[in-house]
Amino acid sequence: MKPKNKGSIDYKRILLPFAGISAGLILGGIIIAMQGVNPFYAYYYLLYGAIGNKQSLISSLLKTIPLGIVGLAVIFSYKAGIFNIGGEGQFYLGAVGATLVGTMPLPIPALMHVLLCIVAAIVFGGLFALLPGYLKAYKGFNEIVITMLLNYVALLFTSLLLQGPMQEPGTFFNRSSLFVPTALLPAVFPGQRLHWGIGIFLVLALLLHVLYRYTTLGFRIENVGLNRRASRYSGENTKHLMLFSMIISGSIAGMAGAIEVMGVNGRLVENFISGVGYDGIAIALLANLNPLMSILAAFFFGALRNGASSMQIATGVSSSFVYIIQAMAVLSVITMPGIPRIMKKMKARRVKNHA
Amino acid sequence: MSEILVLKNITKAFPKVIANQDVNFSLQKGQVHALLGENGAGKTTLMNCVCGLYQQTSGEIFINNQAVRIDNCSQAVAHGIGMVHQHFMLVPELSVAENVILGLKREKDFFIKIEDVEREVAELSEKYHFGLNPKAFIKDLPVGMQQRVEILKVIYRQASIIILDEATAVLTPQESEELFHIVENLVKQEKSVILITHKLSEVMRLADQVTVLRDGKVVGTVSKEKTNERELAKMMVGRDVLFDFKRGKELEKSLKMNVENLTVIDTRGIEKIHQLSFSLYSGEILGVAGVDGNGQLELSEALTGMTTYHGGSITLADKTYKHMSTKESYRNGVSHIPQDRQHTGLIMERSLEKNMILADYWKKEFSSYGFLNQKSITKHAATLMQSFDIKASSPLARIRELSGGNQQKVILAREISRGPDILIAVQPTRGLDIGATEFVRQQLIDERDKGTAVLLISTELDEIMQVADRIAVLYKGEFMGILDRDCLDVHEIGLMMAGVRKKEMEGGYDEA
Repeated sequence: MKPKNKGSIDYKRILLPFAGISAGLILGGIIIAMQGVNPFYAYYYLLYGAIGNKQSLISSLLKTIPLGIVGLAVIFSYKAGIFNIGGEGQFYLGAVGATLVGTMPLPIPALMHVLLCIVAAIVFGGLFALLPGYLKAYKGFNEIVITMLLNYVALLFTSLLLQGPMQEPGTFFNRSSLFVPTALLPAVFPGQRLHWGIGIFLVLALLLHVLYRYTTLGFRIENVGLNRRASRYSGENTKHLMLFSMIISGSIAGMAGAIEVMGVNGRLVENFISGVGYDGIAIALLANLNPLMSILAAFFFGALRNGASSMQIATGVSSSFVYIIQAMAVLSVITMPGIPRIMKKMKARRVKNHA
Repeated sequence: MSEILVLKNITKAFPKVIANQDVNFSLQKGQVHALLGENGAGKTTLMNCVCGLYQQTSGEIFINNQAVRIDNCSQAVAHGIGMVHQHFMLVPELSVAENVILGLKREKDFFIKIEDVEREVAELSEKYHFGLNPKAFIKDLPVGMQQRVEILKVIYRQASIIILDEATAVLTPQESEELFHIVENLVKQEKSVILITHKLSEVMRLADQVTVLRDGKVVGTVSKEKTNERELAKMMVGRDVLFDFKRGKELEKSLKMNVENLTVIDTRGIEKIHQLSFSLYSGEILGVAGVDGNGQLELSEALTGMTTYHGGSITLADKTYKHMSTKESYRNGVSHIPQDRQHTGLIMERSLEKNMILADYWKKEFSSYGFLNQKSITKHAATLMQSFDIKASSPLARIRELSGGNQQKVILAREISRGPDILIAVQPTRGLDIGATEFVRQQLIDERDKGTAVLLISTELDEIMQVADRIAVLYKGEFMGILDRDCLDVHEIGLMMAGVRKKEMEGGYDEA
């Protein structure tokens, strides 16, 4: 058995998300063709709607931000061996935290107020991940079930607040008051909707990349995820580290919620986003758990969503069709590493049957 | 005398490795034919081809001079071939008779008449002197008896060729002797036996013919009368094997670890270590012998913080611990070569160099301000690869891609290069070939000579007798006694492994 050199392994890892996206588009194209529409024609309008002009590009980027940051949150816990399905709930609670601070007029500079909102979101999201993290790390509970169920708790709790204590005075809508101007995320280009959340996302992705690649903390977190027993053997308190990773994961998801309300809506609205926690998982998987690749994966998701309606208008292909492409891409990334093995097995069986 | 089983030019190739190449083998009726070779020589693979678990890539199998195809286990059974695997395949909750008929299709009867089976089992047990009660539950039987159930299963299926795979691996010396009697009885009843083993003494005791395998090829077939252990060892390894270790003078001893009344209860609530006390000194190897499953794993895990203990204390470097974490154990200079290297000792998906700093990443040499110092990590790994002769393409090679022996060397290199005060090694040579085994044992002795306190826990009695200064025998979580190297007696150790206390043997009695 000849060991492969490291170069080829890294190469494969980086290539995998690209290959997955390509496979998703090709498989999706085949299905479009089966509906009697020229797939190139459909994809042209998809692409045009996604990045055809400045406005559509900005819209795609706006959709990318929450998806990408929640994707990073999922990656963070996954590296430590915890599957955080609760991104949605942590996202909502983070938004609640930010709203509590952001709707309060404070005599402090704008940047400070924004940071304070984000800190509140980090605390809320992190605390909401504390319970499932503790139960998983210390008591061996199944984190998937717990985090998924807690999503409903968070969503309904947010609705409760928006129908009661946090509701905007004098309105029937289930929404909070507007954020005070100092607590809003500023735009990247004056007059455009794109806010600095994009910068936070990119910096965070880079930070995680550095963490896993160069630091002892990242080394230890990955050790726990790869082999909890060996990590404990090496003197690690694996329970602490897993709980820590889960709290940070919840904090990141919470921060995403804050950024969304501060950057896009300017207030907390009931059910203002849907499925972001689950999309985050898909993005983490599509990125093959690589923080830098999650930028690509999140943009792919954001662009697909944004271009879908233009494709539907021009070609009649239903906009929900993009979910098929997404699913195909994620499935491809998951299955591709196994394909050479399956091929070998099939070949071996063929040889045997002929013999 | 006729040839009952003949293998002609058997080759078995796996995707990346050729396990057997052009193997010729012939078994005479009513004989014991030993298949001798080191771990990984291809003995078990070859026999798995015979009993239908694998299919050979090329070559032919003849039974009673007729070419046969064996595609699955039931065909093998139909041809009268039965294999007793190294790991028993019994259901603990069922009785002996129930286990014997497990998996048999009896087309005539819809309901099983267990009384009939019990009668048949009792008859067979009598005929071959097994001494088995067909109604007994497997979980209540000692390992030696369980093995007899496995053999009886094979006989019940009317096997005329019985393959025993490393049959003595889990037995005490006395139990092994009883097994040898059973094999002799089988042969008397016209059964033919293939003995897969790597133990020379077994071959000399039992076999009529010996076929030696090395690297998947037959080195030669000899009859027992015309050979001796030394020649067989040479055939097996390809060079002279001496197991003649260089051992330094005894150093001044100081107490390194003191264990008092240690009690470990496992997750099912069973007491695995009972009130165990002993001391470990610098410059000595304390060997812990015993049959597998008598608390070896639990003892080693309690001493290294891998598991919590429920009573007693461990004293390390003047500190007494009622609870100990792996970190406390590590920071007090304890190195640990764990029993299960792939699940405990290594992270298989990581590179060799990262596995080398698994616990030591925090040291100045390997990181500063929380950032890994990649250059020195690689250099460190390269140095250790050289001094421990680890075969890997580079320090960046993934551990998964290394052979078992090289994986074990990675652990050994890491744990020894740390310069430990105490080294706890559990089954450090399990699964290694003779060359690597010799290397590992010499390393343990070298550590002792440097003044390290070494605790060697092993079920290979030979290993312990070769390297240990003192030998403790573990039985059901207790030491039956501790013997000095100078006054060793295999018979005595064997009795202790079966649960007889040293004090009882001397006829004395003791309050404790």
